[in-house]
Amino acid sequence: MITIVESGGANISSILFALERIGVNAEWTADPDKIAKSARVMLPGVGAARDAMEQMRAKELDQCVKSLTCPVFGICLGVQMLFQHSEEGNADMLGIIPAKVRRFDPEEEKTIPHMGWNNVAFADPQHPLLSEMRAEEYFYFVHSYFAPVGDYTLGACTYFSNDFSAIVAQDNFMGCQFHPERSGPAGSRILENFSKL
Amino acid sequence: MLTKRIVACLDVRDGVVVKGVRFKNHTVMGDIIELAQRYRDEGVDELVFYDITASIEGRVVDRAWVKRVAKVLDVPFCVAGGIRTMEDAKIVLNEEADKVSINSPALERPEFITELAQVFGVQSVVVGVDSRKEDDRWVVYQYTGDETKTVKTTHDLLVWLRMVQNMGAGEVVLNCMANDGVRQGYDIEQLAAARKILNIPLIASGGAGEREHFLNVFHEAHVDGALAASVFHTGHLHIGALKNYLRDNGLHVRI
Repeated sequence: MITIVESGGANISSILFALERIGVNAEWTADPDKIAKSARVMLPGVGAARDAMEQMRAKELDQCVKSLTCPVFGICLGVQMLFQHSEEGNADMLGIIPAKVRRFDPEEEKTIPHMGWNNVAFADPQHPLLSEMRAEEYFYFVHSYFAPVGDYTLGACTYFSNDFSAIVAQDNFMGCQFHPERSGPAGSRILENFSKL
Repeated sequence: MLTKRIVACLDVRDGVVVKGVRFKNHTVMGDIIELAQRYRDEGVDELVFYDITASIEGRVVDRAWVKRVAKVLDVPFCVAGGIRTMEDAKIVLNEEADKVSINSPALERPEFITELAQVFGVQSVVVGVDSRKEDDRWVVYQYTGDETKTVKTTHDLLVWLRMVQNMGAGEVVLNCMANDGVRQGYDIEQLAAARKILNIPLIASGGAGEREHFLNVFHEAHVDGALAASVFHTGHLHIGALKNYLRDNGLHVRI
């Protein structure tokens, strides 16, 4: 069973459909007590960083998520929330991973958002989140802001001159920048791997 | 780096997938979900569901199948046809479509592109354009879903594309009408001209018949994606085999 954090405005039904496809039970809630007692937690997110964090704080979900000791998986804006700060709206995030989310640098012929299928190279193929993945996989991205590469980077991706974290893992906190629910078999695989942690 | 995309288009009429030659004589090709799943299994990068009658008859796309598609599909998909208001777009995107594509409504009121981009983000807004060469320029056509209502507009293609981009479109699908359904290859000249003036992704449409046509359009027109319909529906080209061929010829594609 996976508990999805209902922070408001997130793409919860597409995540629910994806989990349904791989036969994983899920429920969604904004109740901090319920989330605190969960075996696994997913943190989805779409929209702007500042708005999303304000909603998290208003619902007292920020402290709740930070204190979780179970496996946590952030998706898209949800993984950016795990970081310290985002340039988007100059927003303070949850501060679990000590790095800052930045906007893609403008470059000739580079369109922002970064949208489409891109290849991800894995830093630690032995990590259980990457079980039964090929050495390199393609995932579907749609984003304008990115988390830099660091010790916490499990999968790295490149868009023009910007290298960024496509998958992160630090202790029990994990997540991906791409949309696993739209990333074909590889996307389903990472969701399935998380459900077994 | 981003891969070149293979896009399968499913023209939907009355809840089934159809395809005609040069937009005429539509024949039934199969069930929406069945074809969507087949292409997903073959490795398609994106699907477009286009209700070819909706724009003309003033009705919204059938929402029931959008949700059914969202439930089974694990690759991105776009819904086109009959999206004329913010409410229409909201319904389709709330049903978890990744993008909406507008064509005739953008020609009627170009500000609609901007309004959509501001609310849903540029990544969700695709503008479809139908055009053909007349004398020595390309001219944009409207209401192409129904041959009895198709009209030639006063828009020069390249002027219209600049406007579409400036209004906030996130992507353009350019359908070269003279090539559509006849499988003699994409209109490289027209697509290359469009590529030159656009900074946003460009998807080629109309004319795919053989795997070489895909290689040519990526190499010579530098498009970001290539869309096809009947050549996939009939099984003449298998998407997985096509992508292997493109990779073997030096293109970066998702395998």
